Order: sequence, then C-alpha cells, then structure tokens
Amino acid sequence: MLFNQPSPLETKVLTRRFGLPNSASIDTYLATEGYQAFLKAAKMTPEQIIEEVKVSNLRGRGGAGFPTGMKWGFVPRTSPKPKYIVVNGDESEPGTCKDRVLIENDPHQLIEGVLIAGLSVDAHAGYIYIRGEYRYLIEVVEKALAEAYEKGWLGKNIQGTGFDFDLYAHTGAGAYECGEESALLESLEGKRGIPRIRPPFPAVAGAFQCPTILNNVETFCAVPAILRDGGAAFAALGIPKSGGTKMTCLTGHINKPGVYELKLGFPVKQMIEEVGGGIRNGKKLKAFIPGGSSCPVLTAAEVEGATMDYDSMASRKTMLGSGGVIIMDEDTCMVKAALRIMRFYAHESCGWCIPCREGTTWLKKILTRFHEGQGTRTDIDLIGDIAKNMLGRTFCPLGDAAAMPTISIVEKFRHEFEDHLNGKPCPYENTGSMVTV
Amino acid sequence: MAALINLTIDGRAVKVPPQTLVIDAAKTVGIEIPAFCYYEGLSLAAACRMCLVEVEKMPKMMTACTLPVSEGMVVRTETEQVKQARKYTLEFLLTNHPLDCPVCDKGGECELQDMAFRYGAGESRYTEEKVHTPEKQFSPVVFFDAPRCILCFRCVRVCNEGLGVGALGVINRGVASEIAPNVGDHLECDECGACIDICPVGALTSGAYRYHTRPWEMTHTGTICTHCGDGCKTTLGTRNDQIIRGNNRDRSGINGEFLCIKGRYAFDFYDHPERLQSPLLRVNGKLEEVSWAKALQVVAQKFTQTLADGGSFGVIGSNHTTNEENFYLQKFARQVLRTNHIDHHRTGDVVTLLDALSGKTTQLATVQDLYERKAVLVLGADLALEHPLLSYQVRANYRHHQAHVYVVTPQEVREDKYAAATVRGRDYESLRDKLKAEPELVILFDDSYKGEDLRKLVDFAESLAIPVKFICLLDYANSRGAVDMGLTPELLPGYQPSGQPGMHVDEMITAELSALWVVGANPLKGAVQRKAGFLVVQDMFLTETAQQADVVLPAASAYEKNGTVTNTSGEVQRLTRAVNTMGAKPDLEIMGFLARDMGAAATLGPWVPETVFAEIRQTVRGYEIPMPVMATGGAAQTVPVKGRIVVDSGVEFRPDLIHSDHNGLFASGTLGRYSKVLNSVLENRLNR
Amino acid sequence: MTFSPQLEARFDKLLKSYPPGRQRSAMVPMLLYAQDEIGRITDELVNEVATRTGCTPLQVNEVLSYYSMLHTKPLGKYHIQVCTNISCLLRDGDKLYEHTCKKLGIGHKEVTADGQFSVEEVECIGACSWAPAIQVNYDFHHHVTPEKLDQLLDGLGKKQ
Ligand SMILES: Cc1cc2nc3c(=O)[nH]c(=O)nc-3n(C[C@H](O)[C@H](O)[C@H](O)COP(=O)(O)O)c2cc1C
Ligand code: SF4
Ligand code: FES
Repeated sequence: MLFNQPSPLETKVLTRRFGLPNSASIDTYLATEGYQAFLKAAKMTPEQIIEEVKVSNLRGRGGAGFPTGMKWGFVPRTSPKPKYIVVNGDESEPGTCKDRVLIENDPHQLIEGVLIAGLSVDAHAGYIYIRGEYRYLIEVVEKALAEAYEKGWLGKNIQGTGFDFDLYAHTGAGAYECGEESALLESLEGKRGIPRIRPPFPAVAGAFQCPTILNNVETFCAVPAILRDGGAAFAALGIPKSGGTKMTCLTGHINKPGVYELKLGFPVKQMIEEVGGGIRNGKKLKAFIPGGSSCPVLTAAEVEGATMDYDSMASRKTMLGSGGVIIMDEDTCMVKAALRIMRFYAHESCGWCIPCREGTTWLKKILTRFHEGQGTRTDIDLIGDIAKNMLGRTFCPLGDAAAMPTISIVEKFRHEFEDHLNGKPCPYENTGSMVTV
Repeated sequence: MAALINLTIDGRAVKVPPQTLVIDAAKTVGIEIPAFCYYEGLSLAAACRMCLVEVEKMPKMMTACTLPVSEGMVVRTETEQVKQARKYTLEFLLTNHPLDCPVCDKGGECELQDMAFRYGAGESRYTEEKVHTPEKQFSPVVFFDAPRCILCFRCVRVCNEGLGVGALGVINRGVASEIAPNVGDHLECDECGACIDICPVGALTSGAYRYHTRPWEMTHTGTICTHCGDGCKTTLGTRNDQIIRGNNRDRSGINGEFLCIKGRYAFDFYDHPERLQSPLLRVNGKLEEVSWAKALQVVAQKFTQTLADGGSFGVIGSNHTTNEENFYLQKFARQVLRTNHIDHHRTGDVVTLLDALSGKTTQLATVQDLYERKAVLVLGADLALEHPLLSYQVRANYRHHQAHVYVVTPQEVREDKYAAATVRGRDYESLRDKLKAEPELVILFDDSYKGEDLRKLVDFAESLAIPVKFICLLDYANSRGAVDMGLTPELLPGYQPSGQPGMHVDEMITAELSALWVVGANPLKGAVQRKAGFLVVQDMFLTETAQQADVVLPAASAYEKNGTVTNTSGEVQRLTRAVNTMGAKPDLEIMGFLARDMGAAATLGPWVPETVFAEIRQTVRGYEIPMPVMATGGAAQTVPVKGRIVVDSGVEFRPDLIHSDHNGLFASGTLGRYSKVLNSVLENRLNR
Repeated sequence: MTFSPQLEARFDKLLKSYPPGRQRSAMVPMLLYAQDEIGRITDELVNEVATRTGCTPLQVNEVLSYYSMLHTKPLGKYHIQVCTNISCLLRDGDKLYEHTCKKLGIGHKEVTADGQFSVEEVECIGACSWAPAIQVNYDFHHHVTPEKLDQLLDGLGKKQ
C-alpha cells in the first residue's frame, strides 16, 4: 500500500481508510460505512442528489475546478440515449500523484462515488480510465469490481434498489493529452487522443456520443462523504465556494514530500513548513507551483499569505490545478525548469493544432539552446512572445498549459535568463547540460 | 424554414439560416475569413486556427469555422488582435515548412503562399533547424513530401468521408505527426487524386503533373470526362497543345470537385504513341498511310458505288462520340445510305424504363437528386467502382443529410458500410415495408434489370405509393446520347419508332454486308472475323476492328472537339476542345467531308457542332433544353418521352442485346487500354 | 494469431465491455495487453487487432503510433524507465537517468546487446511525491539513488 507518513494537520475524509489493514478490500470498506452513502442516495431523487453535491461546493479536482453539482445538472437525464459515467484516472499532470493513492488504497470509495453519479443522471454503465503506466491499478480496480459484483454492489438490481450499473476498467497507453476530457473520450472509443470540438460538451455528447458525467478520480471519491455526511458538512470543511479537502502532492525540494489531504484554504506557508517539514537542506524557497506544471509559477514573495484554494490562487494569477505542488529552492535553475516543462508539452502535444504543435517544439528548441549557453538577448523576449502567441489560441488547453508556466518564468525570472547570457551557461548548477530526448 | 438569424460581421448586417457557421456567414457578405483546415462538406477540424475572430461577449477569440451564428452576435474579423494571431499562426506554420516554393508544384496556387502574402510576417524569427524527411511515393499517382505538409487533415478527411475509402491516416503525434498511407509504405485506394487536389500546399503531388509546368503557364478548359456515363466536368490544364492536368477545382459541373482517376488522370490516352495520326488504306492486303483527301475519296467513291449497286450498308456508332456526331451519323445512314442497319453497344435498358414510365417525365433523377433525395436504392451495380460520381453523391447525401441507402446487389459493395439495409441477390421486394415508409426514393439499376424485370421493378416502385425517381445506369460518356440520337434500328432520334426492321450490332458483324461503317466502336474485338465487303473505321487507335478495315480514318478524342454529350441521368453537357488534333479529325468533320464528297452535303447540312445541335434542339424530343444553360457550361436534363414508346407502336426492343462492361475504376473499355495511368495502377497491383 | 488462454479471456471480457458496435473501444487495451505478452507490436498483431475490433490496419497504426507506451521495436527484458520530469528533476532524476545510461552503456530507447535491458527517459509517471522514480517494466521504484539503482540492476542482471 502506497502512502506516506500522515501529517497531524491533515483532515482525513477521502483518506480515512488509508492505513487500515486491507484498506482496498470490500470487507474493510463495508465495515467502515462503505456503500452506505449509495443506499442513502438510492432513496433520494436525482434532483436531491445533485442538490446535495451543489451544496457541498465540490469543485472538480482534475484541474479546472468546475463546480461538480452544476456539471451533473447539465446532463439531459430524460434523453432517450443511454448515459455514461466516466472516471478520469489519467493522472499525468507533472507533480500529481494523488489519484494513484486513492485508487490503490480505497478503490471501493471510487466505485461508490460512480454509483451515486449514476443514480443522479440515470446512467447504468461507466468506465474507469486509468493511465497505462498505472498498470497495476488496473488489477486493483478489476479486483475491486469483481468483489463489488460478487457482493451485489454492481450489476443488476443493486442491493434490491432496482438500480442496475455496470462498471469497467479501461487502460490508456501513455498520453498526457488523454487526460483532457474530450481526448479521453476519443481514447475510450479506440481512437487517437485528439480532443473534440466543443460544444457539445460531454454532458450532452460524451462517451459514444451519449450524455456523460466525466470527473476526476478525486472528485468521485469525495461524493460518498458528501452523501453520507451531507453536502453542508463537506462544504464547511473548506472555505466559502470551495468545499471540502484537497489531496495535495508535495514534491520537489521539501523535506517530507508526500500526498496529504488538506482542507481547502490551507495556508501555503504552513503547508510547506509544517506539513512538508520545510525546504530541504534549510534552503530558501525560490519558486512555487501550486497545482501541476501547467500552472503559472509563483515567486517566494507571491506565496506570502497565499492559501491552497481556487480563489487565493486565482488572485495570484495562477491556479489550484490538480494539487501537484512543486517546490523549488534557491539553487534551482529556472531556465532549466522552463526547458524541462516545455520538453514535456512538446512530447505530449497531440499534434492537431498548429500553435501547440509548432509552438511547443520551437520553444523546446530555443530553451535547449539557451540553457546550453547558446542563447542571445533577443531570445528572451522571443520565448515569452511565442508562448503568448499560443495562449488562448490552441484547440485545447494543453497549449495554454505549456504557455502559462513559460510566460510566468520569463516574466518573473528574467534575470536568470540574462545570467545565462553573461558567460555563465548555467549559473545555478555544475552540470550545464541537461539530458535531452 | 426557420427564421433567419441576424448578426453583425465587421459592422455589416448579415442574415443567415440558423446553424450557419460564422465563416460561411461572412462569405455571404463578401468577407473572407482565412482558413486551411475548414473545407466545405468535410467534417470540422478547427486545427489550423487561422480563422480566429473576435466575438463580442466571448473571452477568447473563437474559430469561425466551428462557431454557429446566434441572434445579435457581433463578430470582428480584422482587429489588431485577429491580425496578429493570423500572422503568428503563419509564423508557426512556416517554422518547419521548407521554403522551396520555386520548385514546388503548388507554387502560384498554394494556399499557404497566398496566406503568407496576405496575412504573414515579413520575416521569420525562427532560426532553429528544420525537420527534414525525404519525399515518398505512395502510389503511381500520389507523392508525399512530409515537411511541406501543414497537417490540415483535408486529405485524410476527403479520402475517408468523401470517398469512403479511408486510405490515408495520421500517425505519430505532436510535431512527428504525419500523413500515412494505408498499406505499409504505399496506398491501396481508388487513386482518385482527390487528396492531391484538396491539399492546400505542395505536400501531396501527382505523378502525372509534378514538375511539368508552373500553374500560370497553363490554359484551362472545362469539358466533360469521356470515360464513364456519369458525366463529370473536368478542367484540363494545357500548355503547347498538351494536356498537363485534369481537375475540377472551380467546382463547376454536376460533380463539384469530385473526379475519379479517369477524370483526373486518364486523359493521357490522347497522346499515346499508338495514336493514329494519318488515315490508312489497305493496299495489297496491308494498311498504308495515305492523305486525308485520298482516304476520303476512296470511302466516298465506294459508298456511292455501293449505293448505286443497291448494296447493303451497316453502321455502328459509338458510346463516346457527341450527340451531334451521333445525330449526324444516323441521319447519314438513314437519309444518304438509306439503311436502317444502325446500332451501337447498348449498356442499359433506357428504352424499357421510359416506356414503362409511360411518359412520366418527372420520374427521371439527376445527379443532384442523389445528393438531395431522402432515400436511395441501388440495384445490381457496384456503384463505387462503376459509377464513382453517383456513389460519391449518395455517400455525401448520407453524410450530410442522413439519407437512407438501400443496397440490393449480388456481391459486397462499399455502400454496405452505411446502408440502412442490404440484400444480397435481387430480392428488392423484401425491402417493401422499409421503402414504403420512406418519403421518397431514387432507384438506380444496372443492366441486370431490363425488359420484363425492369417493368416489374417500375410496377413495384409504383406500388410503394411514394415519389420515386430512376436512373438507368449506362457505361460510357455518351451511351445515353447514343440511344437518344437514334443509334438503334428500332428507334429514331427522340425515341420515335423507326417502323422498319434493321440489324443489330451482332447481326451486322456476322452478315455479309456490302459495306460496314464503324465510328468509334470496336465490335470485332475478341477475334471476330469481319464479313463485310468493305470496312471503314473511324477511331483513335488501331483497334481489333480497325486492324481489319479497308480504310481507317483517325478520329479526334473527346478532348479535341466541341459538341454535347448526355450522361447516364440524361443531363446534357458541353464538350469544349482543350487541345488540337494531331492529324486526326473530329468524327463530325469526317462525316461532313464524306457527305461533301458524296454530294450529300445539302441533305445532311453543315457539319458544325452548333448547327447540328440547333437541329437536335428543334427535332429531337426532350432536347429542347435552354441554351443559356448550355452556353454557360451547365447541365440540362433531357426529358425525352411523353408517352409510351414500345407498347403503343409495336416496336420490339431487344433487352437481350444489352450488356454492360461493368468497367471498374481502372478500366474504360478499349480506350482504357491506352491510358498509361490506368495501366500503371493495374500493373502496380499485379506486381504486389 | 493465438494468445494465452488468460489473454483470450481478457479480450473476450474487453470486447463485451463496450456498447454493441463499439468494439473499436477495445483497441488500446488490446494492444497494450498483447504487447505485455508478446513483447512488442508486430504487423501480425496490428492485423489481428484490426480484425477483432472491426477496423482497418491503418486505423490501428494511427492509434498505436500515438501512444507512447506502445512500441513496434523490441525492448529489453527489463525496460528501465527513468522519469526526469520536473518533480523528479528537482530530486536529481536527470542524473539518475545519466547514471543508468552510463551503467548499461546504452541511450534513450536503446537495448543492451544481450537484450536484457533497455532504457527510456520518460515523462512524469505519477510518482512525484516519491521522486526520483523509475519504472522497471510496470514496477515502480521510488526514492531511487544511483546506489539503489546499481543494486537493482545488478540483481536483475543476475536473475537472467
Ligand atoms: C491537457 C489536459 C490534461 C488533463 N489531464 C487530466 C488528468 O490527467 N486527470 C484529470 O482528472 N483531469 C485532467 N484534465 C482535466 C479534464 O479535462 C477535465 O476537466 C476533468 O477531468 C474534469 O473532472 P473534474 O471536474 O472532476 O475536475 C486535463 C485537462 C487538460 C487540458
Ligand atoms: S497532405 Fe496536404 S491536405 Fe493532407 S493534411 Fe497535409 S497539408 Fe493537409
Ligand atoms: S515528475 Fe517524475 S513522477 Fe512526476
């Protein structure tokens, strides 16, 4: 079972079973109030379920933070077409490794969340899409599904409620873009992970062109608690408009990296110092990414007073994102960081649209040259400018995801680029070069 | 019709139907929003991002190619932000595009060049290395230069959606994305070349055209493809009296942009080395080249002599020659040679169809009907192979209007894939309930439905009690015109019963006629020995029939003459000369000279296509078509009969003589043998 | 093509997981699971998957060339995938990758002469809080140091 030493500062809602013996088994689950929320929901009307989720202020945990209850409300429940529930377990955003622990330690919580979503829109089938690299989780999920079928928590007439639901595990095979919801649906249909033109959104035309609820793993995992304890209780855990807890992955130059469940609105400083045990080797903070490599980078100064929630981050022109916190200490070369991030996006661009396909590669080439000490002064502005020419113009948000960190690094750490020009190929570390694919 | 939507584009009021895309709405008021990947009729891609525009109340720029209009929408297409975005999208595109315009086939008609000129940046800020990969040959016809490709996916979409072939795909991802053929390193497809023509840049080029010329050095002539009966318009690009390429990018004609390999590339028979350039006369058993004057004189004398001797004539006409030529030929036969032994190779039972419809002239479908009518029933034919345009129309109708397509064929056909119902064999009756429920129907049938079977089919259609239209499938460019113009012993032009017995093709070639005159046909193929005392053949090549002739008169091809032809759905279109004849003459001219030399010119009238056509318009039922349509290169459907033909007149029409060659995509009767492109494709397949 | 009974059973189950007429959905899982069994994606496998999912081989190739975990070239018995993405990089994932290459004497996507090992520099594998991380085939190894890596590789090498 994979998880780190818990922190006393955590609020354990989604992770409440972590650490229990056989936490992933249905027996453990049933012994700890498991599937009770489903039974409760089965007695409610779909409107009531959706209302409860709305009250909880649950916002999507996949990165965009869209209010979940509202999203479920968009599904035309009375459409004659079948409806589907799709779980986004593609988790590929650099810095993010929370869905993995949720699935591994408590798969039934996810299944229960999906069942409740199914009730809310009259869906009878669902798919859990898991990135190919998490191959072992396919086995974990399939085992859990088998247990659930065996014990009558999936299949026909679940526990005498009259509700039928079939759930399947589906694997990806290495593609970040397949985390983008419409690309995921294409991938689920056996196609290249090219996003779809929207509208229509998945709520109306999702899996197999049918109405679909598509959410992140963590989002679904929050649902049983919401139904069990009530939306208001969940909402009260967070701050106004951002309910509940957030699985937060502390990564980078920190003493106690790990995945921690923190209340929304948790102070960043406290998170770094107390939950994470402070910056490694007593160094100072240089840069902070709140939610995966797609988010604009914050400087140490900007982090002052920030809290881990959607609004606080938005007011700092960045995003809470997926909860992948990346901490960079004072010795970090920001040019190198920008380059590594861009290499990722160039590798993952699906290639459909021009600005993303060509822009990421062009930036990767310039940044590589720059980091190797072959940059020129005009390159600095050019880098920022290319990124700005991608921003808001690409087919899907991957282009923005590549542009935003780059723009912020050029703007906020311009002096580091200048330093690279001043005869110091890379002033921040001994090895000037970087492995390149 | 739903109420129109009002919006404003660049300050101008626009009114368009709901669901119209902003890019199309802009066109209606003459505002062009640039785009690479948007292509009318194909699925939307929104990949190139060239069409980004500002829309009031929307936070980001929107792609005009995917945005449907809405009431009160305010769109701006020329703001600083929009212009800047276009400029930098082009900059992105050009980062990996080789700037080899001077040697690129597309130079001068390249959409990327045009866009760079109109919207581009003066210089590129790109100084990194470009990706380079060598050019590939996908097939005898298709070459691919990956670095030039801008990944607009038009080729993939047109092949998949338009043609229903799906021979092109996209492999890899990101910058490594590349267009790929369907079988290993090569294409196995219809070789229609649609991908090449639709490519906005020079990424896909044609084996036939590449490196031959610069586009601006060509003259363009719109004419009609001479191969199958569908009657596609093809625009021939010529230089120095040579045809260099065929396409229909201006979308004129009944086929819009569609062309199959034959229309696009198989014009190349015209300069085949075996093309006859001089008349031939049999001297001491051998064919020798002689002058035109000599050859015409020999024929005129022989014909005059035979007439005087009371000898018998037979005349076999063509499925390729123009209406004017066919009309003139039958007139020549009937009025000058005084014979009713006149016929041609019949490929479908138009006569029975018209008779069974007993003059209900609204029951004849056009090519456009196949795109518009709600349901289509295909009987017998492998449409995609034998009638590429009709199949394209049906497919487009299915894609754009969700038309219901029913297939009743002996073998698997491409239409099966999307058919609402498929029956193997001939039992269309089993579809009765489904067809009855359709609001309307077009029935296409091939030569396996003729005579009594065809009458039953028409009765069946009648019994459905819905509006039904028909297309009788015919083989060649002017098969329909041959029947319309009376190239049969039973019927005069306009389906008037001739009232006299006459021989059919098979009888003429086995009868001991004094003289047999074959114009553009090859009845003696398959080692049939000639029986006629004197054999005159007009043809482009020394066919099996020509080899046995006494006199061979080299004829011009369809691309070397003016006139009209009538396609399988009865639509009359104009042929326009694209190149000049090399030693050969149009059949009409040859016949005219013979008439002159026989002193029959006054009887037959001038051998000028326009004059003959004027006579056809006046005398042939159904050909009273509007001249402006013809003059502007349009198609007008003939409405041939207003009453019964056979039953009322007692004519016995012989359906048993009808047989179609069922030419596939790479065959075109005798003519096809002389096309390098068709042969190279066939050879290529054999060698695989 | 024949597969092990377990894989056939898995395929059967997969094909039944999607709505009627949507067998194409099984394509990516089928390719990945088949690759697990036969080591790489062969032309024969492409044709087989095409047949079973009702697609053309081109459609299968379009898909397989898109996904970075599907490969047509053989890999080593132990495929060492070292993450150098940002969270791992910050904890010396790049040095770990260089070390791996040096130790095995091969570079990115190369295979040792004896076919035992191959190396790939990979993007984030979802082990960011336990960085630097590697995957050997599907097995994760967390908090990897050059020393731990040496031990691991030596151990695997002995297993042969
Ligand atoms: C390039 C890209 C990658 C994404 N990757 C993921 C991912 O790995 N997991 C995820 O849950 N959402 C991801 N998303 C967000 C999804 O598109 C979608 O918003 C989310 O799954 C919706 O679920 P939620 O409302 O529960 O957050 C990604 C989005 C983009 C644009
Ligand atoms: S080959 Fe041409 S048409 Fe096809 S995608 Fe490339 S640029 Fe577009
Ligand atoms: S950055 Fe290495 S696992 Fe995420």
